[in-house]
Amino acid sequence: MQVTITVNGVDQVRDVDPRTLLVHFLREELDLTGTKIGCDTSQCGACTVHLDGKVLKSCTLLAVQADGAAITTIEGLAENGEHHPMQTAFWENHGLQCGYCTPGMIMASAAFVRDNPGASEGEIRHYLEGNICRCTGYHNIVKAVKQVADAAAGA
Amino acid sequence: MWPSKFDYVRAGSVDEALASAADGGKFLAGGHSLLPAMKLRLDAPEQLIDIGRIPELQSISANGGLTIGAAATHDAIATSADVQAMCGALASACGQVGDQGVRNFGTLGGNIAHADPASDPPTVLVAVGANVNIQGADGARSVGAEDFFLGLFETALDDGELITSVSVPDVSDHQSAYIKFPHPASRYAIVGVCVALKMDGAVCDHAHVAVGGATLRAVRCAGAEAALAGTTLDDAAVNAAAEAVKSDIAEDLIGDIAYPEAYRQQMAGVFLKRAIAAAQG
Repeated sequence: MQVTITVNGVDQVRDVDPRTLLVHFLREELDLTGTKIGCDTSQCGACTVHLDGKVLKSCTLLAVQADGAAITTIEGLAENGEHHPMQTAFWENHGLQCGYCTPGMIMASAAFVRDNPGASEGEIRHYLEGNICRCTGYHNIVKAVKQVADAAAGA
Repeated sequence: MWPSKFDYVRAGSVDEALASAADGGKFLAGGHSLLPAMKLRLDAPEQLIDIGRIPELQSISANGGLTIGAAATHDAIATSADVQAMCGALASACGQVGDQGVRNFGTLGGNIAHADPASDPPTVLVAVGANVNIQGADGARSVGAEDFFLGLFETALDDGELITSVSVPDVSDHQSAYIKFPHPASRYAIVGVCVALKMDGAVCDHAHVAVGGATLRAVRCAGAEAALAGTTLDDAAVNAAAEAVKSDIAEDLIGDIAYPEAYRQQMAGVFLKRAIAAAQG
């Protein structure tokens, strides 16, 4: 089936097997391998992208369901050559170790702070229940998100 | 994991969806229950009929009670001012399903068609006496939530039938709450309890109580309801209800190695007390 999916601002027209998951479409059709497959059961959040601005676990949606939608992946978060503030904050706070969960963490956190500027540490920790990190113990991730949340509230 | 091969049809209307269903297969809304099952090969429908773009299935309307379209997402329900006003426990339960990414795409119709015993919304629907509105080739019918959930992943839906909406009574004159004991890893309900209390001054005129998570399906708890009705919800009444609820769910208990049946049964009493306190809070 032919689909047109706008990925990071570019219309991508492809003929896909209906059983193609969006994450496969991104990684294998478009070579956008920043989006990871972790648990593949919609629990870990490594595959998190935005669909029409909403946080989505891309391992749990068919590419055909995304036909006509706009997807943003980690590769499309920077604008005009400048990192998104969430990317910068993860860098500055070293919000990662192995890095595998990082694209999903950043995508989820960027949408969260957009919708909840000034979020508290408790709210951030609760929100990140859908994104699992097995290295860091979350402390630096939460610091990074809090830095952006605080800045967004001050703006 | 790729699901097994299937044919994909996108339905523009309920009639189109039902016509496609004559060829077999399953309806796909958000896919957040069905696709994980298909990836694990627990299900392998030959056809998926996508009902996710039918506008009438997505609406939430309030007119004396709530009519929630089958393809309304958990997030849409949790954040709906009408749902929060008329059935706060349902908004709360939908807000506790999965995580934000799941709630953005998972739907109420898909959730109840899947009938996972550890899911949150069914417990509220059974407690407040919601009706599931179903359409099939032979016409429409409405099934009470208590009769809709038959067992583990089992419902009253027949082949080719589509859930179109769920009718939820306005219980804004009740004090209601849904409280769960989430599994520490998955956040699924080990026990979930919904109460809706109709107070007449200091006296509880009647109570709605249902338990899920601990049971094969969400169970309406008549013994606990009787123990609360006509009381001032004092300690004696609440303790009696917490004992009665254990009998109410005894026939339907489920358990596993970490949370066996007897433990869940005990916790149902504990979480009933917490739900009563939360509803009154």
